[in-house]
Amino acid sequence: MRNSTMSSLVSAMRLPVRAGAAALLALALLLPGARAEEVALDHWPTERAQDPAALQRGARLFTTYCLNCHGARQMRWNRLRDIGIDEVQIKQQLIFGDQKVGDVMSVAMNAHDAKVWFGKAPPDLSVIIRARNTEEHRGTDYVYTLLRSFYRDRSSLTGWNNAVYPHIAMPNMLWQRQGPRTATITRVEWEEHAAADPKQPSVRELAKSVDVFDVDGYVQTTRSVLAEGSPGMQIAFTPVDPKAAASVDEDVADLVAFLNWMSEPGAATRYRIGIWVMGFLVIFLLVVRWLNKVYWRDIT
Amino acid sequence: MGLHETRYRGLLGWFDSRMPSVMNAFRDHMSEYYAPKNFNFWYFFGSLALVVLVIQLVSGAFLAMHYKPDAGAAFWSVEFIMREVSGGWFIRYMHSTGASFFFIVVYLHIFRGMLYGSYRKPRELVWLVGACIFLALMAESFFGYLLPWGQMSFWGAQVIINLFDSIPLIGPDLSTWIRGDFVIGDATLNRFFAMHTMMIPTILMGLMGAHIFALHDVGSNNPDGIEIKDHLGPDGKPLDGIPFHPYYTVHDLYGIAVFLIAFFAVVFFAPEMGGVFLEGNNFIPADPFQTPLHIAPLWYFTPYYSILRATTEGFLGWIALAVAGYGVLTYLSVRGMGLRIAVAAATAVLLALLVGPTHLDAKLWGVALMGGSTTVLFGLPWLDRSPARSMRYRPLWHRGVLALFVAAFFALGVLGMMPPNPLRTVISQVCAGVYFGFFALMPWWSRMGSFLPVPDRVRFAAH
Repeated sequence: MRNSTMSSLVSAMRLPVRAGAAALLALALLLPGARAEEVALDHWPTERAQDPAALQRGARLFTTYCLNCHGARQMRWNRLRDIGIDEVQIKQQLIFGDQKVGDVMSVAMNAHDAKVWFGKAPPDLSVIIRARNTEEHRGTDYVYTLLRSFYRDRSSLTGWNNAVYPHIAMPNMLWQRQGPRTATITRVEWEEHAAADPKQPSVRELAKSVDVFDVDGYVQTTRSVLAEGSPGMQIAFTPVDPKAAASVDEDVADLVAFLNWMSEPGAATRYRIGIWVMGFLVIFLLVVRWLNKVYWRDIT
Repeated sequence: MGLHETRYRGLLGWFDSRMPSVMNAFRDHMSEYYAPKNFNFWYFFGSLALVVLVIQLVSGAFLAMHYKPDAGAAFWSVEFIMREVSGGWFIRYMHSTGASFFFIVVYLHIFRGMLYGSYRKPRELVWLVGACIFLALMAESFFGYLLPWGQMSFWGAQVIINLFDSIPLIGPDLSTWIRGDFVIGDATLNRFFAMHTMMIPTILMGLMGAHIFALHDVGSNNPDGIEIKDHLGPDGKPLDGIPFHPYYTVHDLYGIAVFLIAFFAVVFFAPEMGGVFLEGNNFIPADPFQTPLHIAPLWYFTPYYSILRATTEGFLGWIALAVAGYGVLTYLSVRGMGLRIAVAAATAVLLALLVGPTHLDAKLWGVALMGGSTTVLFGLPWLDRSPARSMRYRPLWHRGVLALFVAAFFALGVLGMMPPNPLRTVISQVCAGVYFGFFALMPWWSRMGSFLPVPDRVRFAAH
């Protein structure tokens, strides 16, 4: 860029602009928002996004455990060739019904029945990872944590509840692989009670409640009042068979890898072409920069 | 023979003698249009806006070949384009990224105008047409954003259309008329598709043409804010002007190359831009029975959305205070009894509507202020009373005032993306005050301070 351009740019964007804008933005970003209480999400191991073994295992888990209630109406069976599963394997190992390899992954259950049975139609999973992306978290981390946060709860319709998605309509699909677990949910929150004397203002206290759900879903709650602390929620699981539970963590990581791939099967192509486009544009830039220089040589 | 005189040889000559207006237009607007030679960085964005318009028209046409404007099919037809249409993802990402880049480019283009006084006499019409383009662009983007039929499309449109409800008497009927139904549905989607692909692009292209014609009639401003036509050479051409073609065509090509690198870097490597250009919620099909927790418009609307949200019942008193102060200031500044009475009457009416016993609803005031925040641009040529056009020759603190305005605009934009809380509301109210104060007080502050002498000829260093 030429000198006069740079200097005018600098003079236009003097210090007060940048300092002022930066300070205001920083201030706005630091302010706490009115957020719903949320458990901290675990991080999905991102290296699996490109790992063919993980993607293939994820595809198998997906067709076995998810593709009965959930459909993937924008996903064609034969697109699985992109992650290294050939048509014979697709036909013999993945398609359980009478679908063709050129068909999309639809399910027999219709939305109306599903609503009657579960209270809610299971969402289509074609773009579920992208749909769960928010400003606070990545969709992959959300689904990875959600699928590993089921616990037994007698009070719910299916016998299952979820720490990430309370009162979820979906039961824990991987329970046989995971084995029984107990869940300890610790909540610290501000509570407001009416004072004994109704003329007095209400009492506000920081309460800590610990819910322990045993393997059969019976809950025991202990409650205490804290002198100090900050509101929040924590959850801890104690598996009866730690080895089985750990292997389910692996399963879910692979499953999320597949769901992530399915959300945008063309992402790898996009990156690959993008690098060539950037290369071309850089050469184009050098050419037009030279052209500009040659033409402007005679302007004094 | 009826042919025009031949100005060119060969095929071009054959063509020109039959239809000379094409080469006349080329001469008038390109090869013999004299532009100041001292254009800087900020002057790239006009031609870039034209480039983005072309990107949007071409990618939009290809999208329309596969998109289905039907409430039952729209969402999945977009996902169909992303997966099944060859290169569909590329077309779609170009269009979605292009929408955001259009606003980036246009905001920088508007900022350039404010920096160098490009709206001052005789360029008022250039500016007014430009402000119309900005409004048309916002309409275009609003209509287009409903088309993917995701949750954010649906609820964003719901929020904006419901704003019309607050207009007294005709409001509810008006919003039903806009929707074509009592709720946002298939009828709404179909008409928004028609508006987005037929009506507004046509208007936009007409306005673009008018913008360029108006500009080329009066000639371009420049960073020094002086008229190059005041110093003509013996050949009658401006001494500080150079033919647009080839000098600015190659120059703009250079700018376009830099722009395309930034644009395609986003298209290929970050099309969602962390949820700012493509929101996660919009990958969920529209569901009229499930309201998202937090509804925010796309980033380029958030400054105005913040102003809307900042206008709470409690803020009306502060607005009334500002209106009263402004009324007194204007009353003392204008001359002539008739004008003073008019100012006093207008102030009294506004105060009655703000804090009187039957004052208007805060929501309606919010809508009025949101509308005012974009239409106030139209007044700029008459609000600015500075003796010098360009910031270069205005007091240094004027840049500080402009910087404060830009900072307020940014802060409103960031706050508009976040869920509100009491403190954020107060900050947006302060920023809204700065935003409107910048324009409202401009007739006074723009002529205060000591101005530098404006040079006779443009400052230019050869490359």
